[in-house]
Amino acid sequence: MTVSKVEKETRGTFTLELDPGESGFPFLPGQFNMLYVFGNGEVPISISGDPERPDILVHTVRAVGKVSKALCRLRPGDVLGVRGPYGSSWPVDACRERDILFVTGGLGLAPLRPAVFHIFNHRRDYGKVILLYGARSPDRLLYTKELETWSRALRVEPAVGSAGPDWKGHVGIVTNFIARMDCDPAQTKAMICSSESMMRSMISELNLLGIPDREIHLTLERNMKCGLGLCGHCQLGPTFVCKNGPVYSYDRVKELLAKREL
Amino acid sequence: MHFIIERENLDRLLAALQEHGRIIGPRITENTFGHRDIASSQDFPAGWTFEQDGGFFRLRQRRDPSLFAYTVGQDSWKKELYPPRSRLLSLQKTESSFSVTPEKSSSEKVVFFGVRPCDLAAIQIQDIILIQGPFADPEYSRRRENAMIVAIECTQPAATCFCASLGTGPGISSSSDYDLALTEVLDDGLHYFLVRAGTEQGRAVIAGLGLAEAPEQNIIRAENLVQEAASRMGRTMDQKGIKQLLYDNHEHPRWDQVARRCLTCGNCTQVCPTCFCHSVYDRVSLSGKEAERFRSWDSCFLLDHSYIHGGSVRVSSRSRYRQWITHKLASWIDQFKVSGCVGCGRCITWCPVGIDITEEIQAIRQSDERGCNA
Repeated sequence: MTVSKVEKETRGTFTLELDPGESGFPFLPGQFNMLYVFGNGEVPISISGDPERPDILVHTVRAVGKVSKALCRLRPGDVLGVRGPYGSSWPVDACRERDILFVTGGLGLAPLRPAVFHIFNHRRDYGKVILLYGARSPDRLLYTKELETWSRALRVEPAVGSAGPDWKGHVGIVTNFIARMDCDPAQTKAMICSSESMMRSMISELNLLGIPDREIHLTLERNMKCGLGLCGHCQLGPTFVCKNGPVYSYDRVKELLAKREL
Repeated sequence: MHFIIERENLDRLLAALQEHGRIIGPRITENTFGHRDIASSQDFPAGWTFEQDGGFFRLRQRRDPSLFAYTVGQDSWKKELYPPRSRLLSLQKTESSFSVTPEKSSSEKVVFFGVRPCDLAAIQIQDIILIQGPFADPEYSRRRENAMIVAIECTQPAATCFCASLGTGPGISSSSDYDLALTEVLDDGLHYFLVRAGTEQGRAVIAGLGLAEAPEQNIIRAENLVQEAASRMGRTMDQKGIKQLLYDNHEHPRWDQVARRCLTCGNCTQVCPTCFCHSVYDRVSLSGKEAERFRSWDSCFLLDHSYIHGGSVRVSSRSRYRQWITHKLASWIDQFKVSGCVGCGRCITWCPVGIDITEEIQAIRQSDERGCNA
């Protein structure tokens, strides 16, 4: 597919828009693609676009490894290989009429973004919707323009580690603010994405609010070579993160995530 | 129905099989044993057997001319069906893009001669993973379709064998997926093979040779040899509740003990006939204009296997040994409804320090039953 647009989000993080051609690229929120850069290799990257815009395929990539750095060097007109979409999705259909609490930080908004888009597009189908989004500093927040747009219909609660005097959001670690989100635990479905250690803290805060494990959904990251459940790399106990995940309800992986070096 | 073919007529069978394709079978070349091309029955290791133990493999001469009085060497049929390294794609840079040419999978017809019951079970396990999955592997599927299987029952088990305790050998059940199944019998100077067909293709070969039906006493004689082999097996593995045993003993002190010996070399995964982990990598020409994508066997014993940005998930040797054995014997059952172990014993023989999968399981089972790790 051809890159149609590259936008710098933060330092080292870029959003690529790809042109999937006439057939479009339908996907479910939370699914990922294997992206291939000529001669460099292939990496799994979650899809970050609007699921109702199959005419544009969007990926947000942070330059951290050989392939992701090569992805971030791509310019409009360049071509890359795309396989997918693979994996499970956020349960956006199963939680209609419910309250939704998104909790994420930094690049973690990228895999959640299609779910936020979906809910924004179908706002009337859902109850109270909160997006609690943390970053180290305001310039590390992704999709700042959309955060503005979304805040018209959802409660967007940004939290940063440190900021200047003109910052109007929260200051502190994102997990500190979960307890203040005045959610109705019986009504709320939580969807979270961050590092595994951060998600552990997020989950204990969500549990303290009274949100049970089965109402918490998260997305996991593992090494993947194929995306098809054949290369063996992404195993987490009996599950293959590429085909059984990457999105899981927490009660299904709680025991697995509690095991060290599984 | 059992048929009989004498040793001196075995080349007639080989000639008939050559009609189907290139025959690959057990052979000793340059003092090493492996799966090689077979032109005639002279190529089989007549009068040879193996002595095997943890980290130990020796060829030994026998006093009889038997052709198949041994079990398995380091080669499994995985090498033929799922090659250690294969090219997936060739890519060529063009002015503004690149072109992709997928590799054509092999269409060569082959005959696997001398597939042991454990390896037959292993092929069926790999079929589940690589053909019946939600995604089939095209290369494996193609090679599998083109392979005719001539299996052979084991009458001379090794000290490292434990198929009898897993129900995967030393005999071949009629529900197994083979074209022909052979049993070798040496009896009072008589040297013959019992032959059964498992498929139409196998039946056609038997019919073409005009083989005689085997007398009852010969069938019983062959069955006894296989039964005796079952009782002479050097090792056993108790499968009872093995999944929960391993799931419950994630923090067992035995993992530290085995990690002190384990070199994390990955030999066990390379010789294992069911291990399917692979990696994919690119090779680029000096000009930067051509690239090739290769797939090669990988191993969960390597640090890179679980690498994600920030570090590997399984850093310690204990976690990597535990991953292998827990996957093989426990999570494999959850994933594919079957154990990943067939009891061939290769991982024991080819481990440079002789770590024994049956011994590790036994150690964990004993202390688990004693409640040491409750």
